[in-house]
Amino acid sequence: MAVFSTNEFKPGLKILLDHDPYTILENEFVKPGKGQAFNRVKVRNLKSGRVIERTFKSGDTAEGADVNDIEVQFLYGDGEHWHFMDQASFEQYSINEAGVADAKIWLKEQDTCTITLWNGVPLAVMPPTFVVLTITETDPGVRGDTSGGGGKPATLETGAVVRVPLFVQTGEIIKVDTRTGTYVSRVKE
Amino acid sequence: MTISTSSWKPSASIETLKVRAHLIRQIQRFFDERGFLEVDTPLMCSSTGTDPNIESISALFKPFADVHPTPYYLQSSPEFAMKRLLAAGSGPTYQICKAFRNGEVGRYHNPEFTMLEWYRPDWDDHALMEEVADLLKLILKCEQVEKFTYREVFQHFFNLDPFHASIEDLQSLVRENHLEADLSLSHDGWLQLIMSHFIEPQLGQTLPTFIYDFPASQAALARIKPENNLLAARFEVYVKGIELANGFHELLDADEQKARFLQDLETRKTQNQPITPLDELFLAALKAGLPDCSGVALGVDRLIMLALNKPSIDQVISFDFLKS
Repeated sequence: MAVFSTNEFKPGLKILLDHDPYTILENEFVKPGKGQAFNRVKVRNLKSGRVIERTFKSGDTAEGADVNDIEVQFLYGDGEHWHFMDQASFEQYSINEAGVADAKIWLKEQDTCTITLWNGVPLAVMPPTFVVLTITETDPGVRGDTSGGGGKPATLETGAVVRVPLFVQTGEIIKVDTRTGTYVSRVKE
Repeated sequence: MTISTSSWKPSASIETLKVRAHLIRQIQRFFDERGFLEVDTPLMCSSTGTDPNIESISALFKPFADVHPTPYYLQSSPEFAMKRLLAAGSGPTYQICKAFRNGEVGRYHNPEFTMLEWYRPDWDDHALMEEVADLLKLILKCEQVEKFTYREVFQHFFNLDPFHASIEDLQSLVRENHLEADLSLSHDGWLQLIMSHFIEPQLGQTLPTFIYDFPASQAALARIKPENNLLAARFEVYVKGIELANGFHELLDADEQKARFLQDLETRKTQNQPITPLDELFLAALKAGLPDCSGVALGVDRLIMLALNKPSIDQVISFDFLKS
């Protein structure tokens, strides 16, 4: 794998630190006029999601991490693992609960999502930005109310709970923004 | 390199460049009114500074075709030439020129930048600090400045004496402040890390801040204080967390200067850095006699950036390094 010097640290570059893969978020060159030059680097651990700040001496190097994102189809979950398939190569990947993390409440069978691979092993799952899901349970709203002010909780087929306008009913299909977990619109079949 | 359709355009707006030109004329008037001689010294010289933390950019000169080129250096500071003028009897001088530093690119760094440097014969560092303050009041429109010693700021922010703290003390301070820095640094290296990461960003937030009495081990070209050999007669100025100027009550002793140069070259050797020839002309001028004097270098691009409240240096430079 390639080795990168601090002056090649750009946002998005994937590097190995203490044997873990990180993505670079920011890199600031810090140098007193008469003193040691540093690069103050903000990185996210791709396994834990934790963001840390680390300082390097300018000119120091880090090994690149073999990390890439692929598009896959979600096949099914068996309670312990979530199974995905690369539709181009038909390669299958299974990821445990920790790896699926917050994405699991948005995963519907046959939807397409992104998984991050490190040395070919999946690290994380990114759900589609927008998902279309059926409401399995919500309190009946007040008749005639179409304003949606306030809203009410609705449970979706994947188990996620989102706030929806009062006029939206059980059995209806809605579009949700997974980045914020918010209702976007009703979807007509 | 990919050339996009707008990449030919300046990195600063024309409006900013007009203000820049106006501010530079104000600086020149400030020095003209105070009886300085404006000077102009070579940017390309046969030798350069030895400071292991400053890399010069070399330039190859060919006296005629088909010969081996002679290495020259783009100056990282006009200091040596200006001191030779002082030794020759110039009296107070100032210069606004380009300076070059290899590898220094960032939000507040451009490898080619504009430097203001001036010298006052017979003045000490404290008198010169007053003159720097006068200039800052004029350009940054501030009423006053504040001054602390190097030791005071470390004590104020971390309750730590920088002169007596061990490397382990400094390392654990960095760890306690949630910065991962698995580095092998000297005592001064750790002090510089703490200064640049934790202290500097807090300095000069309301008033320009002067820090003086640096450790003797970071004297650079300043004299060691005769009354306390732990201290160098060196000061720095910070505005809004940004280092703006560095001044010295200048070292006059040619032998000590040469010893410091040789020490720098030793450090360079151990760090596998380029070894450049000593500036013998500068050393000869010191031997002939440099008048007692103080001098200061100030980053003009940063000063203009601060005067205009711009977030980065490229916005006050016509064409920054990426567009040069």
